[in-house]
Amino acid sequence: MKSSLRKIVLATAALVAPFVATPVMAEKYILVSHAPDSDTWWNTIKNGIALAGEQVGVDVEYRNPPTGDIADMARIIDQAAASNPDGIITTLADFDVLKGSITAAVDQGIDVIIMNTGTPEQAREVGALMYVGQPEYDAGLAAGQRAKGEGVTKFLCVNHAIQQPTVGERCRGYADGLGIDLGDAMMDSGTDPSEIKNKVLAYLSANPDVDGILTLGPVSADPTIAALEENGMAGDIHFGTFDLGEEIVKAIKGGVINWGIDQQPFLQAYMPVVILANWDRYGVLPGNNINSGPGFVTKDGLTKVEEFAGEYR
Amino acid sequence: MIDSVQDERVRQIPWWRKALIRPELGGIVGTIAVFALFSVFAADSGMFKPQGILNWSIVSAQFMIIAVGACLLMIAGEFDLSVGSMIGFAGMMIAVFGIVLDLPIWIAILITFVICAAIGAINGLIVVKTGLPSFIVTLAFLFILRGFTIFIPQTIERKTIIGGIKDAAEGDWLAPVFGGKIGQPLFTWLGEAGYIDTFQRGTKQGQPVIDGVPMLIVWAILLIIFGHILLTKTRFGNWIFAAGGDAEAARNSGVPVGKVKVLMFVFTAFCATVFATCQVMEFGSAGADRGLLKEFEAIIAVVVGGALLTGGYGSVIGAALGALIFGVVQQGLFFAGVDNSLYRVFVGVILLAAVILNTYIRRLITGER
Repeated sequence: MKSSLRKIVLATAALVAPFVATPVMAEKYILVSHAPDSDTWWNTIKNGIALAGEQVGVDVEYRNPPTGDIADMARIIDQAAASNPDGIITTLADFDVLKGSITAAVDQGIDVIIMNTGTPEQAREVGALMYVGQPEYDAGLAAGQRAKGEGVTKFLCVNHAIQQPTVGERCRGYADGLGIDLGDAMMDSGTDPSEIKNKVLAYLSANPDVDGILTLGPVSADPTIAALEENGMAGDIHFGTFDLGEEIVKAIKGGVINWGIDQQPFLQAYMPVVILANWDRYGVLPGNNINSGPGFVTKDGLTKVEEFAGEYR
Repeated sequence: MIDSVQDERVRQIPWWRKALIRPELGGIVGTIAVFALFSVFAADSGMFKPQGILNWSIVSAQFMIIAVGACLLMIAGEFDLSVGSMIGFAGMMIAVFGIVLDLPIWIAILITFVICAAIGAINGLIVVKTGLPSFIVTLAFLFILRGFTIFIPQTIERKTIIGGIKDAAEGDWLAPVFGGKIGQPLFTWLGEAGYIDTFQRGTKQGQPVIDGVPMLIVWAILLIIFGHILLTKTRFGNWIFAAGGDAEAARNSGVPVGKVKVLMFVFTAFCATVFATCQVMEFGSAGADRGLLKEFEAIIAVVVGGALLTGGYGSVIGAALGALIFGVVQQGLFFAGVDNSLYRVFVGVILLAAVILNTYIRRLITGER
């Protein structure tokens, strides 16, 4: 009886513990992303702001809509503004939907930095201090130009985030870099790994002349690696991907993936915190937007990437 | 003489017990509990300042709109799992008719309401005619509607988000009914009098941070009043209880069970379309991923509010309180600075606690064991 009572007390304490907030003295910055809980890529972002918060000595919080619903994200930005932080760092996944909430936060006197998704133009329009990220079309274009030099003539672009127009820009840029028409080369793969794998297998057997694949992140890259290993095209077909992850690093090392385009999400989370803190404390601000990528990661120089894959890289 | 003698066969129920033991008791207790909790842990976070109150009120109102429909349908003994997909679909239809086909927005809204009500009716007719569980039938529509919501804009516009609705709705007479705000003069006055904060810079400098109550909240209140009166004060309300309690017995006593259920499916679709229209008019764009998982949020709100999953028991007020609890907890956790990834844990804990509490309350009311 006594022990069961103690268990109940302990369980209650464990549930209430997260409520007990630390005394608020330092500046507070809130990062709002558009990613659903299921997207593990954002772990790097979470670690990035946590590390920056620790090193700079500010309070940081990470928030996202659990299902990735952008309309819910607008409410989260409203909420963040209502809690009156010193700054908000947010993605601009859908300009129409988020414009109102972000502009209202700016007008309320909160400093905003746009990270990851969005464009420098949009960041300027909503009144943000700056944009930190990788311009999607330009990154795709660079990837396409490089792939052209490496002999790709017909490609498949595996898009796991068809609802985000900005991600699709990578495919368009890639096609333009190759100098060919996008046509139906962009596949709406969904996010389920086995679905992606089977769709890729089906597409490749239906289109035997495809000699290049572009995946847009670990969500589509990991199942595509599995698909290529199954149909024996691994290492034979040209394979480029956006973003890094444990499986991708392994595949680069094993020669299945030619290169990964690193947009260095760590910087997208880390830099805004540092910039906001210095802006609030000393009034200094870099004079331009910051391009965190693209950086091509090939077999050479994988050590650091491997060590911190999924954590800081 | 007879009047003064108490009939010993009828148990006397004290007035306080009658007033207290109601289906929405669990919801009332839960509402008090969450407000007490957050007034302690999120006291100085801005949660209970005007801007914060508006924030969780809007989120709660969203849940309320779909919970009212889901509540009546659940009392009538059926589920609708296609609510979330219907929200995405309805929004996309407005965008397709209003932007792609360039019809006036009010026509686009009306056509969308007709289409969605028809889909609700199809849902209901299939369930009633085939006798299949609504769980399966509406699960099918969850996929069908979501599929069309992605396919249609992708085919005709080559994108999955259609914007520009705000500009198209400029000057439209029906759009403000969903996307507008009321009470602006009051808030302007409150802002000038210093009761609420004003914008510090930008084009809206000096204006209050809240410039009105969104129609979303008005819709939620109207739907709750309508649903409550329909359920408790009308013959049709009795039919809803009867259809969900024991459909066969209801049929034998002359209740048009099939008609009641189909109408409730239509009403659920109507509520989903109201949700979608308010969202599209506020944000000015329709996206293929809108409304994901909203069907479960509606069902959770209804169950937290004391309704029985198997039908025949529940209350609209309870569902509304369930939606309020859900909204306050969801936004309150942010205000309290709780780690985001724990949100689902809290939803699960609240759901479980509410269901257990409600089961005891229901046994007290119905006398079942």
